[in-house]
Order: sequence, then structure tokens, then C-alpha cells
Amino acid sequence: MARVVVDVMLKPEILDPQGQAIAQALPRLGFSDVADVRAGKHFVLDFPGEVTEQTVREIADTLLANPVIEDFEIHQ
Amino acid sequence: MSPRIGVVTFPGSLDDTDAQRAVRAAGCEPVPLWHGDADLRGVDAVVLPGGFSYGDYLRAGAIARFAPVMRLVIDAARGGLPVLGICNGFQVLCEAHLLPGALIRNAGRRFVCSDRWLRVERADTAWTMSYAPGAEILIPIKNIDGGYVADPRSLDAIEAEGRVVFRYIRGNPNGSARDIAGVTNETGTVVGLMPHPEHAIDPLTGPSSDGLGIFTSVLHKLVAA
Repeated sequence: MARVVVDVMLKPEILDPQGQAIAQALPRLGFSDVADVRAGKHFVLDFPGEVTEQTVREIADTLLANPVIEDFEIHQ
Repeated sequence: MSPRIGVVTFPGSLDDTDAQRAVRAAGCEPVPLWHGDADLRGVDAVVLPGGFSYGDYLRAGAIARFAPVMRLVIDAARGGLPVLGICNGFQVLCEAHLLPGALIRNAGRRFVCSDRWLRVERADTAWTMSYAPGAEILIPIKNIDGGYVADPRSLDAIEAEGRVVFRYIRGNPNGSARDIAGVTNETGTVVGLMPHPEHAIDPLTGPSSDGLGIFTSVLHKLVAA
């Protein structure tokens, strides 16, 4: 069995309202030294057998991420 | 015979009935289509209505884009079939890459429900030819993922190619880049917008009847064809 992790993040130039909301909440909790927060998605994929990086890349590029606004990283 | 306009219902669609009503009010025949359908029943155009298809899981429109009926809609749209995406339908068209850009969480992070003024920037698309160029129309908006975004280079290209069909005026409700409320494809046949023209076809139930022009536009386009 193979486990592959895919992390998806909004591209740096795309505004991240959810990350901003988290960043604005932190000082209220006493964490005043956080400069910036970006929120993303973390996918854990289990395959019954081996899987090629090309297959995972295709999954990430077509469904897990929208390449217009998001970048992804594969951790195999 | 009046043109037949398909209105797709996904699990989680909300505004399919109002979209059908708007199609009928414009003098066309609405044809209900189901997300699992394997044919388009010979329709002359398609409307993807608002709502929260598949619960907006993953990203708004991301799952609906791969619905069986969408494979047919995408192929037909590439072949010139007029397709309109309203709100969630706009998100589906962006996810399908039939339209440029994407929709993300509103800049204010709140669901926005209000009547908004729009300017018609393109009055020559299949869905806007009933309007005068530069017309100002009052249409309701209701969404949480309505922020139109693209990288700056893509935005410049969208502007340069004249792909902006509607722009918010007198206030931007959701932080959309360059006040963009709706865009079109290269040929002006596919249009998507976040506001809801189908909720503005009758002053009795909406803020205006300004939205009806979207549906009479495609009628004229199809009758002229």
C-alpha cells in the first residue's frame, strides 16, 4: 500500500481571506508576533498498490487543485 | 417553435426552478436536465443555475464540473452552444476552464445578500445583446464564494481581450478583482456572472426586471441563427 500526501495552497499573488481571518484572530489570543497566515488544504491518498508520481500529479492537477489559483506539492 | 433551453439540476442546486421560470418568461421553452443525464435532449442553449452543487465540497463547482451531463455541456460549449452560468454555475464554468479566472471566499468573509448595480460592458454576447452598451442594471447577489480572482497577468489579458461582461458599480460587494461581476469566453457564447438575473425578471418578486434581458438575448440570438 502507498500513502501519498498532497498539499494545496493558494498562489502567493491570490488574496487569502481565510488566512487573513486567522491572522487577525491570533493577536486576540495573545499571539502578537505572527506576521502572516496562509490557509491551505492537506489531502492524504491511500492506494492499494504502488502509484506513480505522474498519476498523483494528474489527480492533483485535475481535481484536488485548481491550477488557475492554486499550487500543489506532492509528498510521496 | 420557441428555442429550447436546458436548465441543469445538480444535487444542491437552488435556483433551477427560478431559472426555468425566467427562460419561460423570455419566450423560450425550459428543458430540465439532470446532472446524471447522458444526453442534452437537443437543447439550443444551457443554463447552469445557482446553488451549492455537491455541497461546495473541495471548491465551489469543483465536483459538479465532472458530472456526467457536464462532459456533454463542455463539449457542446466548445462547439459553440450558448451556455450561461449563474453564481454556482459561474463557478462550475471557471472550474471547467470554459471561462478564465476563479471564484474564492468573499473578501469580507461573509455571505452577501443584496441588490447590486452592474454595468453591462459587453452588449454583443449571446446572453447580453438585448442590452444597450454601458446599460446599468439592478440585480440581486447572494453568495459567500463570490470573489473573482486571477493572477495580474491574466486579469490584464481578460481586460485587453474585452472578456469582462459585467462590472459592479456603486460598490464592490466581495472584493472581486477590478470589480468584475461576469466574464465571457473568446466567442461570446459562454457567459458567467455571480449576480442572479433570474431573480430580477418581475418587479413583483425582485428589485427590477433588468435580468430578463439575459434570457431574451439568447432568444434573439437563437431565433436569428
